[in-house]
Amino acid sequence: MTISSLPPGLILVFGAFLLPIVGPFLRPLLVLALPLLTIWQVWHMPEGASPAFTLMGYEIITVNVDALGRLFALIFSLMAFAGGLFALNQKRILELSAAFTYAGSAVGVAFAGDLITLFVFWEIMALGSTIVLLSADTPQATKAAMRYFMVHMFGGALMLTGIFLYVFDTGGVVLTEMKPDTVGTALILAGILVNAAAPPLSAWLADAYPEASWSGTVFLSAFTTKAAVYVLIRTFPGTELLIYVGVFMIFYGITMALLENDMRRILAYSIVNQVGFMVTGIGIGTEMALNGAAAHAFAHIIYKALLLMSAGSVLYMTGKRKCTDLGGLFQSMPLTTLCGTIGALAISAFPWTSGFVSKSMINQAAANEHLALLWFCLMAASAGVFLHAGIKFPWFVFFQKDSGLRPKDPPWNMRFAMILFSAFCIGLGVWPEHLYALLPFAVDYEPYTDAHLLNALQLLLFAGLAFFLMLPMMKRTLTISLDTDWFYRRLATAIIDRIGTFIGNTDKAIRERTMSGLNSILDYVWQHHGPEGSMARTWTTGNMVLLVTIFLCVYLVFSFI
Amino acid sequence: MPEAPAVPVAKPHWLVRKGTIKVLWIIGLAVLAVLVYGDTYLTPHPHFGIDGTFGFHAWYGLLTCIAMVLVAKLLGKFIGRKDTYYDDQ
Repeated sequence: MTISSLPPGLILVFGAFLLPIVGPFLRPLLVLALPLLTIWQVWHMPEGASPAFTLMGYEIITVNVDALGRLFALIFSLMAFAGGLFALNQKRILELSAAFTYAGSAVGVAFAGDLITLFVFWEIMALGSTIVLLSADTPQATKAAMRYFMVHMFGGALMLTGIFLYVFDTGGVVLTEMKPDTVGTALILAGILVNAAAPPLSAWLADAYPEASWSGTVFLSAFTTKAAVYVLIRTFPGTELLIYVGVFMIFYGITMALLENDMRRILAYSIVNQVGFMVTGIGIGTEMALNGAAAHAFAHIIYKALLLMSAGSVLYMTGKRKCTDLGGLFQSMPLTTLCGTIGALAISAFPWTSGFVSKSMINQAAANEHLALLWFCLMAASAGVFLHAGIKFPWFVFFQKDSGLRPKDPPWNMRFAMILFSAFCIGLGVWPEHLYALLPFAVDYEPYTDAHLLNALQLLLFAGLAFFLMLPMMKRTLTISLDTDWFYRRLATAIIDRIGTFIGNTDKAIRERTMSGLNSILDYVWQHHGPEGSMARTWTTGNMVLLVTIFLCVYLVFSFI
Repeated sequence: MPEAPAVPVAKPHWLVRKGTIKVLWIIGLAVLAVLVYGDTYLTPHPHFGIDGTFGFHAWYGLLTCIAMVLVAKLLGKFIGRKDTYYDDQ
């Protein structure tokens, strides 16, 4: 193993362990320097595979650099920088350490050249993200973290079993394109889809992410689902099943977000919605669609983190997270409102924002392939994104009724992080060629045509009209919506309770019967051998003499025989 | 105990005053009208036929969004619970 085999993500993974050791003066510097160093290293990694080394008979390629891997490694490390900047005043250092380990292992996934390296980083991500959740240190977060960990361990087990079977079938561990036509590859696909928050286990995301701290959710939003998108692009491009899975995720995300009252849970559901667009693009599988999926993941990490930074700022300054408790904050948090609105416009793929130049490639790919039904679904969904995230989030948090709250904008580092990512949202939208240059395939697409601009503005602004026309129906209430986590939070616990009660009752009945059996034996023994029992009574001298005489007679008889 | 001084009723922010909201509605509707009118200047290049109809993206966006809100609302009747539902765990 040589130095070039060392994944750049390890800078963040090992650096994370320094954070609790260094003092409060050095720590902020390290929090900013480690991701910058990783970005520099990712940018300067030469293309190609690192020298392989053999482990248990398998060729391990810890680093394999190409345009796709570099794109994801770059955005993961950029996210670590902005997230670190935003979280500088997070007092729980454990959260920062866990977040950097999590981010570093995501970078490791992006450069993994074989399934073993991939799996190791994959599992470190699950561990890191669970600790990010746990470090929120509330009872709700602890329980959510345990549920989150269980789901990801299940996903990891599916993937590992799939890898075993795949290696058994093919004899190799190289990370390459697959078809889900064997049990092994199907299990690998299922394991990846668990992390992508695909059905039927989508609920883990909206269950867990909103329970993290004001800064923890920002980190959580970026890595797990997008690492899954990356691995899907790498391994299962053009798998038709992914189109159906993606479309389901898109509409599931919109519907659940429309019903939600918790501002960060609205954004959590919209992660599933956005990842749905990417999964659909991977399912289409053309160069345009895969470019679109990769570009959308890049853009999405930035605007989603920005949205969650603005929500995190509101939570940090007010301690409130429900839309019913918020509103009117634009009056005292102008910068947070502006940045949150820029994020909302970017997620809605508004022209001159990053979402516009990335998502439209997926829509265009569907049109180019003449997938009519899919295209109409994607158009409706694009309008729906503006409805559930583009307007709903800023409207209910920063505008609507006046909650009377007048918090100030958050501290300087949080403002800077939001300004940085707002600049990226607009910069990528205005100068898309810089993003396009990083994509895995050559881009032959011009997003800014008159027709596209007009169509997009019509779609979005009329979606906006629909929002305000339907506003009375959108009024927030103190409700939650049941999701598939109900099956393991309520149904499974009810079944286990029933089984427990049954076992308890059976055990009780068996014990009672055994005890009553033993008691009758004891009664019998007591009756005959107790103080009043016939066997324990004191015998008279006459009786004793009679007994001795009988024994002597018997002895006499036997001695003659 | 001295009586708390009466808090002066602050004038609402200019953005949320009734007059401003009315103006915003008028501007918004005018922008929507201009956008639909813009279709007359473009030669439609439909991919699937119906998407070349006049103002397609406008009416499609409006109708599908209304449909999504109605579907969500209907679904909410079945899966909606009080937000204390899981609190006893």
